Amino acid sequence: MTAPVLSIRGVSKSFGGIRAVRDVSFEVAKGEILGLIGPNGSGKSTLFNCVLGQLRPDEGDVHVNGKPVSGMRASELNKLGVGRTFQQLSVFPQMTVLDNIILAGQEHHGTMLSRLLGKPDAGLTGQAEELIAFFRLDHLREEKAGSLSYGQQKLLDAAMAFMAGPDLVLLDEPAGGVNLTMLADLRERLQTYNREHGASFVVIEHNMEFVMELSTRIIVLAEGEIIAEGAPEEIRANQSVIDAYLGS
Amino acid sequence: MSFWLRPLFLAAMIVLACLAPLGQGNYIIYILTSWLLFSVAAMGLNLTLGYAGQISLAQASFMAIGAYITALLTLAGWHWLIAMPLSLLACFFIGLLLGYPALRVQGHFLAFVTLAFNTLVFLVLRNEDWLTGGSYGLVGMPRPDFGIFNTAKQLQFYYFALAVTVVAALVMWGIVRSPWGRAFRALRENPMRAESLGVDTRRITLLAFAIGSAYGGLAGALVTPLVQFIEPGSFGLVHSLRILLMVVVGGAGFFFGPFVGAAVVILLPEFLRFTEGYYLLIYSALVIVMLAFAPNGLIGIGARLRARFLPLQARGDLAQGSRLK
Ligand SMILES: Nc1ncnc2c1ncn2[C@@H]1O[C@H](COP(=O)(O)OP(=O)(O)O)[C@@H](O)[C@H]1O
Ligand SMILES: [Mg+2]
Repeated sequence: MTAPVLSIRGVSKSFGGIRAVRDVSFEVAKGEILGLIGPNGSGKSTLFNCVLGQLRPDEGDVHVNGKPVSGMRASELNKLGVGRTFQQLSVFPQMTVLDNIILAGQEHHGTMLSRLLGKPDAGLTGQAEELIAFFRLDHLREEKAGSLSYGQQKLLDAAMAFMAGPDLVLLDEPAGGVNLTMLADLRERLQTYNREHGASFVVIEHNMEFVMELSTRIIVLAEGEIIAEGAPEEIRANQSVIDAYLGS
Repeated sequence: MSFWLRPLFLAAMIVLACLAPLGQGNYIIYILTSWLLFSVAAMGLNLTLGYAGQISLAQASFMAIGAYITALLTLAGWHWLIAMPLSLLACFFIGLLLGYPALRVQGHFLAFVTLAFNTLVFLVLRNEDWLTGGSYGLVGMPRPDFGIFNTAKQLQFYYFALAVTVVAALVMWGIVRSPWGRAFRALRENPMRAESLGVDTRRITLLAFAIGSAYGGLAGALVTPLVQFIEPGSFGLVHSLRILLMVVVGGAGFFFGPFVGAAVVILLPEFLRFTEGYYLLIYSALVIVMLAFAPNGLIGIGARLRARFLPLQARGDLAQGSRLK
């Protein structure tokens, strides 16, 4: 029995009077794809930000591969093998697709000094091209990220989270605004990556079909609390989930 | 710019810069030399502002620090080759300190912090007479003599400044092409995303200030032997604004922007001199028109024309994103 890749224990976070996340605990095992669903404002993004160092939780602690990560800067956490995407599209629009991807890997290679004096691409062009091809963006390699379609930028955004070979990737609504063909593509790419690299994912998603197909387990959040947890089929049939979504 | 265009452009500029002063009088050569110096200062600010997206209204104060350190040391008998690197180092570390506020404040607030710094340096230079000569400044700094090459004559000094500028530009080229350069641009475009991808945005912000300021210091180290007379008034806020104008007019974030910008800001008033009293008016109007219609500067116009006439791939499905909710 290996330690869970991610372990969240008793995490709470309030904004003024709003208790965005209340005493949430769960674990993510190696190779697992965990879906995190819940109505708007149920605290999913806040929970991500607490895990990822963008926010400091009021209570509780977070361990990655058995190491406490509370108070760690996002860049340090990334170096520990945690990749992420944001709910808002977050690419570097004026940089080429290739540069976006190389940036996502360069800080994991060499030292500060070698990144100044060494190769301009930090020796990553080959690896970056592989990843770009994996996400089927090869024909756009030299384009500015900002000139890509929304769906292509979402793919690039997700791809960046994988460049450093993370053990754990947290994806905040990767399918939001992506069209149907690309959606199937994205899901299939994520599953393939998970299978080939054994990385664990936590995926926040509004698109039920997408997240049910993708995930091996689902956690449902409502008003900052976990209200249900189980395999996708169980969640589909769960009455409290249906109530939460219909707005009880 | 494409892979080949840039080195070609660079070579053409160097050849032009070598030919420019030939057959010219001392005054024109002096103007051309100040174009070089301000290009170096603007190159530094272009790194801080254009590449890394951190506003600074203090570049002239780093020229001041570089100029005064070089002046004091060369007056004390040290060679420029020792005074210059010390000026550069001092500016690097003071610039690093100036970067700290940028970790907390951005935009207008950062502009005010750096503006205050510029004023602070100005006041120190004016009030600490015992060291800086106060309002009277410092005079009589020697021009560097390299044995086989003496820079005492205006034309020789120009070539000396040109050599320094070319080296500074090559180093800058190396920086902006390196992973550091990529991290600077990432900081400008999306600091939170950069941080989440392992970029230590704090360190990169400080470095953007430190390196940019060191270039200001280098420009200052050249000002001292060029004019051989420095006083606080030459490094006031107005001059920081002028350097900012150079960066913006040339094209912030474009490698050659500072050279073009410095040329426009320094040479254009000279060309417009024949209009006598009107030149400032015409000049200001041109700047306003330029900033209103080409916020990416002159180099930006070039890039826009290229994008317009060279077909872009991947535009076809651009509409698709906007159709989805
Ligand atoms: N930075 C913030 N400041 C104040 N309130 C916030 C902030 N971020 C989120 N909230 C509030 O916390 C609650 C949970 O938000 P969020 O985590 O974004 O939900 P979800 O991602 O599930 O839609 C909401 O009520 C939201 O308004
Ligand atoms: Mg959200």
